[in-house]
Parts: sequence; C-alpha cells; structure tokens
Amino acid sequence: MKEPFFLYVNGLSKRFGGVVAVDNVSFGLRQGESLGIIGPNGSGKTTLVNLITNFTKPDSGKVFYRGRDITGLMPYSIANLGIVRSFQMVRPFYHLPAFKNLIIPLRSPRVMKQVRGGKYGERDEVAIDLLEDVGFERDSFVPYKMAGTLPHGYLKRMELARCMAMRPDLLILDELFSGMSMSEVASTLPIIERLREEGKTVVMIEHRLRELFRVVDRVIVLNFGRKIAEGNAREVMEGEEVKKAYLGSEVELE
Amino acid sequence: MVGYRKERLDRGIKTRADDIFALASYREILYLLLPRVLPVVAFLILPLILNIYWTKVMLLSCIIALLALSWDLIASAGMVSLGQALFYGLGAYTTGVLNHYFKWPIFITIPLATLIGGLISTFLLLPALRLRGIYFSMITLILPLIFIRIVEATGIFGGIEGLSGLSPFPNRWVEVYLAIGFLLLFLFGFRRVVNTDYGLVFQGIRDNDRAVMSSGANIYRYKAEALLLGSIAGAFAGAMMTHVYRFVGMPSFALDLSLLPLASAVVGGIGTFAGTTLGAFILVPISEALRAFGTLRIVFYCFMLVIFVVGLPEGIFHYIQRRYHQFERLVRIE
Repeated sequence: MKEPFFLYVNGLSKRFGGVVAVDNVSFGLRQGESLGIIGPNGSGKTTLVNLITNFTKPDSGKVFYRGRDITGLMPYSIANLGIVRSFQMVRPFYHLPAFKNLIIPLRSPRVMKQVRGGKYGERDEVAIDLLEDVGFERDSFVPYKMAGTLPHGYLKRMELARCMAMRPDLLILDELFSGMSMSEVASTLPIIERLREEGKTVVMIEHRLRELFRVVDRVIVLNFGRKIAEGNAREVMEGEEVKKAYLGSEVELE
Repeated sequence: MVGYRKERLDRGIKTRADDIFALASYREILYLLLPRVLPVVAFLILPLILNIYWTKVMLLSCIIALLALSWDLIASAGMVSLGQALFYGLGAYTTGVLNHYFKWPIFITIPLATLIGGLISTFLLLPALRLRGIYFSMITLILPLIFIRIVEATGIFGGIEGLSGLSPFPNRWVEVYLAIGFLLLFLFGFRRVVNTDYGLVFQGIRDNDRAVMSSGANIYRYKAEALLLGSIAGAFAGAMMTHVYRFVGMPSFALDLSLLPLASAVVGGIGTFAGTTLGAFILVPISEALRAFGTLRIVFYCFMLVIFVVGLPEGIFHYIQRRYHQFERLVRIE
C-alpha cells in the first residue's frame, strides 16, 4: 500500500491539551505530483506540516518517505533527506544581509554532498543567483540589504529561495502567498510552475484558492483537524461538507 | 541671509565590503586598515608606557575582555550566558591542580587547562543545549555557584583556602604580552569565524533556529561547537590569571567574573567582538580609577553603567562604527 507513494502519511494525530489539532489524517503523494491543503483557519494545516517535518512530535501515526519510515527523525535530518518546508510566519535571519540568509541552506550536508567545493565567497554567487530567480533585483542593493529591513513580500520570496537552495525533492510551502501583493503572487506563480516542471513534488497550504488551483493537481480539505474531502479541486469544492466548513463564504472558482 | 544645513552621506554597502573595490586607492586601503591597525599598535605599545600598576590594570582588562569575547561568541549562536565564571573557574582549577599536585610547568598546564576547561564546560552544558533563552541562561548562572559549594562542602583542591604558591610567570612582560597576544588572537579569530559561511550558521541560530533546522543544519552540534570555542577563550583567561595571582580558590567561580563580561558586552556593543573588547577596556580602568572614592566606588560605577546604557543603548562601538561610515558636511542654503 505505502510502497508506490513518494510520501505517505498514515493516521497522524496531535492533541494540544483539550484541542485535537490533527485527527487521524492520512494521505499519499506520488513523485512529481502537487497537492494543495486547504481548510478554514485553525483547521490544523500548519500543524500537519509540523508533524510531517517533525517540528512537532505526533501523538500517533507514521510518515513514510520513499518507502522509509521517517517518523521521529530530527527536523534537520528530514530536511537533508529532501523534504524542505517554508514557514508561514517569516522570520528571516534578521542580522544577516539577504543573500547571506541563503548561505545556511547552501552549507547543509545535503547541498554540500551534491556540490563539491564552496570556499568562502563562492556560495555568495549561488545565493545571489537564487535571489534573482525569485525576483530580487540583482544589480540593486536589495540582495545586500539586511534581511530585517526588507519588506514582507521580499521576505516571503526569500523564504521560497531558502527552500530552493536546499535542492528539495519535496517542497512544502506553508501559505507562501499570504501577505504578498497581487503582482508578487503573479510573479511567484511561474516559479512554482517551473519547479513542478523540473519534477519536484510540491505541497502547498494556501488560502488564495484561485492561485492555488492553478498549480495543484489535487487538494485535501481539513476541518477541525479531520480530513473531510480529497480529490480534484472543482469536485472537492462542490462537496456539501466543504461548503459547510467554509460556512457559507462563497468559494469562487473563476 | 545665508544658512547652512547639515548633510549626511552614508558610504555605499559595496564600497564598504572588503572587496576589490577597496584596492582602488591608498585612501580606501587606509579607510579599511586604520581602525584595525591602530588598536593593535596601541595594545602593543601601551605596556611600555604605563607604570606597573596600570600595566596590571591592563592585564585585568585583557582577562575580562577575553571572557567578554567568549560571551559574545556564545551569544552569536543565540545562547545568553550568565556564567562566564564557569569557564574561568574550570580553567583556573585545572591548571592549579596540575601545577600544585603534579608539579607540571606552566607552559604545559596552561594549554592543557585551556583545552580541558573548555571541554568540561561544554560537556556540562550539553544537556542545556535544547533550552532556549532565559532557561539556558539560568543553567549557566547556576553551574559556577554549584562548583563554589562543592569546593566548600567537600574541601577538595584546598577547599576554602584554595591552592596557593603556584608557579609564577618568568616576569611581568611575559604576563601582559601573553594576555595581549591571546586577546588579539581570539578577537580577530572570532571575528573571522562568525563571518565565514560556518559562522553564519551560528548567527542563523540566534535569529531563527527553526529555519536553520529546516535548512538542514544540526543546530545542537553547532551550538556545542560555539560553546567549545567560547569556553576555550574563557578557560584560557582563568588559567592565565591563576599563575598571575599564583593562587586558585573559590573566587575563581565568583559572580563578578560572570557579570563584568556581560556589562562589557552591553556597554561596548554586542555582536562585533571589537565592541565587547572596547567595553572591557572602558569598564575595568574606570572601576580602578574610582578606587579613590572608597566605599562609594560601586555607587559611582553603577551610575556610569546607567549613563552608558541609557545614553548609547546600541553600545559604544556600534555608535563609533556608524559615525565612521558616515560623512557629514555643511551645505549652503541660499
């Protein structure tokens, strides 16, 4: 059952005091596929990501990656296996210039194994290239500015660049578009589409459904920690339970 | 009526980087070199000018500066230590014990104590690495106090009286220049370490350890290595001072040794190493100069501290550095 799946999540649960944040959630993901996770606020989407990457220890359930049980591995070990997640709340390395923020993933064992060498200064070029990929103006001062002084939209894209620097196989993006302007979203979408074309598997948590449905093959819907629907975007949004979860707020689809 | 307005120019980020841009002219080279070379020259010349008393003060400043450097390196990896005395005391006791019981000469005991003291300190703090913020600080604060009580209660290593009559340095020049030499070594060494790609991970842990984990770095290993580097500097300070005083005892774990480096770092400016060194070289001599006031010394000393912290909360060094990179000129207004 779990063998053909790239990532297979089996019955993950997490309880915080009296609140069941994630309740027996299972799903499978094939290589190269992209999955959206949606649901109202507080439905356990971010907790689910934390459980998969073990930033939060699950109460029960298992996570399999390429057929291997990765439950309970340290978060940095999971990252080095190629599962890289972004954070919803961007907290960059404030006291470092923007491009130096990317040196840390570029120095990870995973990247060092793939790229030989890397003396002082050599990684800087790679970092600036990556920042250019996510829309930083190369010849301006922006990549050299302290991360703490950058606007929110830049920080969000820098977070994406940080994940890309890890050369991930499975990319988990936690509300990447929240707080971005329309034009920033429009310029970031092609990056994700390109990552998909390169064969990366992408999981996206998103509230901006219209943009999300452009890049994902399949969605699962969470509500109060339970998976209430899974499947093709349009079909899922027609479901009675999903409509109820969003409580009448009309979900528009084009 | 002709008026003047102050205009402030900031040097561009690129010209400020130590890069090929800097080699454009001798003025650029001087601009980069002067703030680095002048203090070094001053350090080397000062002991020749000062009298014996102030040379001792300078030696003490070097020791506090070493502890402050150690504090700053550990802080650069996000760990706020309130127990620099732990490193100092372990270095001091190691060299004291080796010299007193085994009669080993100081040029063996000091390097050994530096290493062993650093290793023991790191080992003791390993269980605390998972703690963050104030919880880590509490552990560091408590550990040296535990050692004082252990020595007092069990009477090991001389107990309350400590071990005295340890081997001295050959002469006072060796003392002061050894301290200055290692101060410069650790100062420039640490500055270099935190700015390499390796040291950037330390700084990342300070700002956001979860993002560092998500970037595939084993933060516990990095934290332990930062602790080891920092505690080696602290243990060296302790080992050296033991042979200056020719005594090791409970004062080697005293609270002052934890607080003075912290005060130096706050007054001088956190995160640049040069700032913490500057802080130590301001606070220790002030403390000595105030001895004329007798019992009121502490009152005046604390008053100075308040003035520094309120007046320049960013630290003296950061203030000077910012002014150095800015040019101000008067512009005529028609």
